[in-house]
Amino acid sequence: MSEQKQSTPSFLKPELFRKLKRDEYSAEAVTRKSLTSWQDIRMRMMENKLAMTGFWIIVGIIAAAILIPWLSPFDHFTNDLSSTNKVPNGTNWFGTDDLGRDMLVRTFKGAQISMFVGIVAALIDLIIGIIYGGIMGYYGGKVDEVMNRFAEIIYSIPYLLVVILLLVVMEPSLTTIIVAMSITGWINMAWIVRAQIMQLKNQEYALASKSLGAGAMRIIFRHLIPNAMGPILVTLTLTVPNAIFTEAFLSFLGLGVQSPAASWGTMIDDGVKAMTIYPWRLLFPAFFLSLTIFAFNVFGDGLRDAFDPKLKK
Amino acid sequence: MSSLAASASGVDEVRDHPESSITFLVFHRSGSNNSKFQRVYIANYIYPFEMHIKIWKRVGDEMFRYIASKFIFMLLSLFVLVSATFLLMNAIPGSPLQSEKATSEQVQKNLEAYYGLDKPLIVQYGTYLKNLVKGDLGISMKKKFQSVDKMIANSFGPSLRLGISAIITSVVVGCTLGIIAAMHHRKLLDNVAMILAVIGLAVPSMVMGPLLQYFFAVKLRWFEVAGLENPMDYVLPTIALASGPIAVIARLLRSTMIEVLNSDFIKTAKSKGLSGYVIVVRHALRNSMLPVVTYLGYLTAGVITGSVVIEKIFAIPGIGKFFVESVINRDYPLIMGTTIFYAVLLMTTRFLADIAYVLVDPRMRTGKGAK
Repeated sequence: MSEQKQSTPSFLKPELFRKLKRDEYSAEAVTRKSLTSWQDIRMRMMENKLAMTGFWIIVGIIAAAILIPWLSPFDHFTNDLSSTNKVPNGTNWFGTDDLGRDMLVRTFKGAQISMFVGIVAALIDLIIGIIYGGIMGYYGGKVDEVMNRFAEIIYSIPYLLVVILLLVVMEPSLTTIIVAMSITGWINMAWIVRAQIMQLKNQEYALASKSLGAGAMRIIFRHLIPNAMGPILVTLTLTVPNAIFTEAFLSFLGLGVQSPAASWGTMIDDGVKAMTIYPWRLLFPAFFLSLTIFAFNVFGDGLRDAFDPKLKK
Repeated sequence: MSSLAASASGVDEVRDHPESSITFLVFHRSGSNNSKFQRVYIANYIYPFEMHIKIWKRVGDEMFRYIASKFIFMLLSLFVLVSATFLLMNAIPGSPLQSEKATSEQVQKNLEAYYGLDKPLIVQYGTYLKNLVKGDLGISMKKKFQSVDKMIANSFGPSLRLGISAIITSVVVGCTLGIIAAMHHRKLLDNVAMILAVIGLAVPSMVMGPLLQYFFAVKLRWFEVAGLENPMDYVLPTIALASGPIAVIARLLRSTMIEVLNSDFIKTAKSKGLSGYVIVVRHALRNSMLPVVTYLGYLTAGVITGSVVIEKIFAIPGIGKFFVESVINRDYPLIMGTTIFYAVLLMTTRFLADIAYVLVDPRMRTGKGAK
């Protein structure tokens, strides 16, 4: 090997080289600040412009949903028949509807309902999903098989039908909608948690905890779930737009929130009837519904990419 | 479990080589599982004809078992749904006939006898199940003396045509967008297609429908505002219904296709000098269709959900409009009938999608993924 001495290219002249000083000899040093995985995720998230746009839209809509109905001189249910169907103007920024109610306040009252439904439904899914999925994944075997079968049966029943059937039995209200959505909604979360727990339960730290005498519940909830938080959070974020959509969908059909409560679904329904003459009554709720769903979707996508850069396509 | 199917075909064990396409057929001598007594055939190398029959018999068994289990599972789910629906409908306090105008006691009794409500619950349940198997869904309580199955059959036509055109549109347009995006990964066309997809995903059908109606029917007057009489009337409802699924399919196909386009066999195809079109259609598309096929089962659900809204917006006399009306009117036999009809429709499509999945994915065929 030593015989194959390579000839030096002619342009490499000795005067191009100099001896390194001691303190410059640090190519191996770690220059990047050491980050925890959460800091890493946050940084990746910050770099994703679309996801951050989604995040700020969500923040903006939540802020508006809290502030606008509170600060506005109008409320969402008082009829004012002297000023019906007004074009957007200085007093009523989004115009008024056929009963003279301020569309700006109603639109953001609708945002309140949507956000409430979305977040509560997601949280219920989270709680049931973590418990069910955690037990399924941790115990495995027969327990897993039986519980999985049960979940599969519920999952295979079309979700819209369950929702509508429950609405027939119970009074149409926000609670009914949330209960109905939760009946089928938790299964997806449970499967995500199950897959994560199955991967994690054979890790050394779970074994260590077990050998120290920790019970199953402690291992699941203190050790495994916190380590599976990434996929759980992503699923949680992507549940919210689905719940918002379902609420609007049911209210649009007249099966959900009832007037005078302002839901985007009922407002769109009213707006469609009047859209040829008063298009703004359709456009504002429709725009904000789409914007919210868009924001949650891009934020959730961004979150997924940030948690698992390998998945980024 | 695979040994069960295998022993039926005379082979004791079938092993797939993890890295190549070689299949080992293992014959245990005298029922022993000890490796010293095993005869191992490499199925792809030795070509006795009967061996092939054995392999295919085993494959057929595996597939049959997979499909049969899916089918039984479907029946089970359906049974649960029917029972749950029946119980829910009967859990509502008071007789569904009480909302009628004031009637004498005798008339009330006769009505109850007519609908079979005077019998104990378990007998009613049995009768309902028995009639259901025969395809009889009962009689409407609000529209007097009309049978539910006839009502469903009459309103199914427009919904079916609309649904099929929406499904075809979403598959064709969604795949096209996905292919374009994948072929131009991280270039302008990719971004355009993905922005379109995000919009399609974010704008729900109840917003998309009215907007299309407003701009194309009211403002531009290109189409009729409502109704479903001419073929042209299908355009707007179809777009409104398909916009969401188009977005989902485009995104699904794009992400799998990008992965597939980077794989070795595509590089081989490229190095053989095949044209881009042939590579995409013959090689890449076939290998990226799996998620789309899985999605087809859910697409039907989406189209049905969407059509409930779309039929309301475009005043289409279909089954979705009918369903909502029956819920608002609280016409219990009608609600149950429509629910069961929808459920059968959805579960059948999901079942067909499962079968299609087995047929498309060779891994499922060898029984590796079936478990």
